[in-house]
Amino acid sequence: MNTPAAAPSIPPEAHPRLPRGVRLVHNEAQGGWVLLAPERVFKADPIAAEIVKRCTGEASFEAIVDDLAKTFGAPRERVLTDVTALLQGLADKKLLEL
Amino acid sequence: MTTDGRSNGNAGAAGRKPLHNPLGLLAELTHRCPLGCPYCSNPLEMDKRENELDAATWARVFREAAGLGVLQVHLSGGEPASRRDLADIIAAACSAGLYTNLITSGVGITDQRLNELADTGLDHVQISIQDSEPNSADRIAGYEGAYARKRALASAVVALKLPLTVNIVIHRANIARIDELVAMALDMGASRVEIAHVQYYGWALKNRASLMPTREQVVQAIGRIEPLRKQHHGRIVIDAVVPDYYARFPKPCVGGWGRRSLNVTPAGRVLPCHAAESIPGLEFWSVKDHSLREIWEQNPAFNAFRGTDFLPEPCQSCERREVDFGGCRCQAFALTGDARATDPVCNLSPHHHVVEEQTAIRGDTGYVYRRL
Repeated sequence: MNTPAAAPSIPPEAHPRLPRGVRLVHNEAQGGWVLLAPERVFKADPIAAEIVKRCTGEASFEAIVDDLAKTFGAPRERVLTDVTALLQGLADKKLLEL
Repeated sequence: MTTDGRSNGNAGAAGRKPLHNPLGLLAELTHRCPLGCPYCSNPLEMDKRENELDAATWARVFREAAGLGVLQVHLSGGEPASRRDLADIIAAACSAGLYTNLITSGVGITDQRLNELADTGLDHVQISIQDSEPNSADRIAGYEGAYARKRALASAVVALKLPLTVNIVIHRANIARIDELVAMALDMGASRVEIAHVQYYGWALKNRASLMPTREQVVQAIGRIEPLRKQHHGRIVIDAVVPDYYARFPKPCVGGWGRRSLNVTPAGRVLPCHAAESIPGLEFWSVKDHSLREIWEQNPAFNAFRGTDFLPEPCQSCERREVDFGGCRCQAFALTGDARATDPVCNLSPHHHVVEEQTAIRGDTGYVYRRL
């Protein structure tokens, strides 16, 4: 997997969304949340699913981080770091539009 | 995130390990195709048009697949657009809740038809293209003007904002152009490109001497993948399928026999992989007689090479046993006459010399094209 040299950052005003052809679905037979993408299937843990569910193109990145920090009672800085890493990783794989 | 996952294990014979749920279904809608590629992956004996499943049967198969846990359906062939009822078939796959992927040669789909297909809810399109040099591409496909038509369809797909994968089959005639091929895929607007070296089964075996690259060419081509991934990071995903004749270890073919995927032929026979009928002595059941679940769980052909118990040495004591499952059963049969043998592309196989001998045979007798 490729990781950029510098720590990734996502502008607060970005509106992350799943592009056409990428879908988050819940599937009992496969044991939970999965992200379906062109000829690939990624199992999403519950936290990743909570993050990706919010990437509808409506909420800004800033609002998503605020919401997650509030919902899970976690420090905002920590949430920002984790969400940035996950979303940038997805964007690099063409699974998310920022 | 991972791609692993196990079923709840309520299936299979007593004492057997729990069965996995299949993730993917390859639906071969027809064997008809306008192209004549020398590495055609259709079986040597093709299903006739009059025996093709109708759209209503495909709709049932898709519902049963979703019930088994299948997430993605790959609509392939042959050329799936040879079916006039393709839009109905895609609509049925979508309404079964499956992620729907159209795998096309790109020849024979008009813009109007593409609009219709996109409106059904299609998730993704994969277009194969034979080379970045138009004349060479047409020569490989055995079809004048194929390159231009594929490029035109790709533009139409991208204009509809459908995600596009470009698939390029690699062999001696195009292996020197990996950089140009990836650049072409980017120029076509693809978000993903598959660099897939020829797999030598079926029809491709007839053309092996004309298709086989040299070891030096393969080493150079593989060496380009990582630099290209870095160069195009975040713009295109590059997936590369290794040429197993030159690999040290075999590939985990279809993720293991009867483990993660299944394949339905145009006439409805269900196979663990698209080449499985090349192995004699296996009886494949049809969706006309059985549900997909019955076939997945009970068809002896699916259980024939499930797991690793059937494997001989050197696989049985090998630490890669659960990684590659001893490689490809079809290749083991094609090269050794024994479908249970270690895939001879493995450097530990006692038959490995067969592969080394075959890679040394190269000739330029011209392609034997696949014609219907």
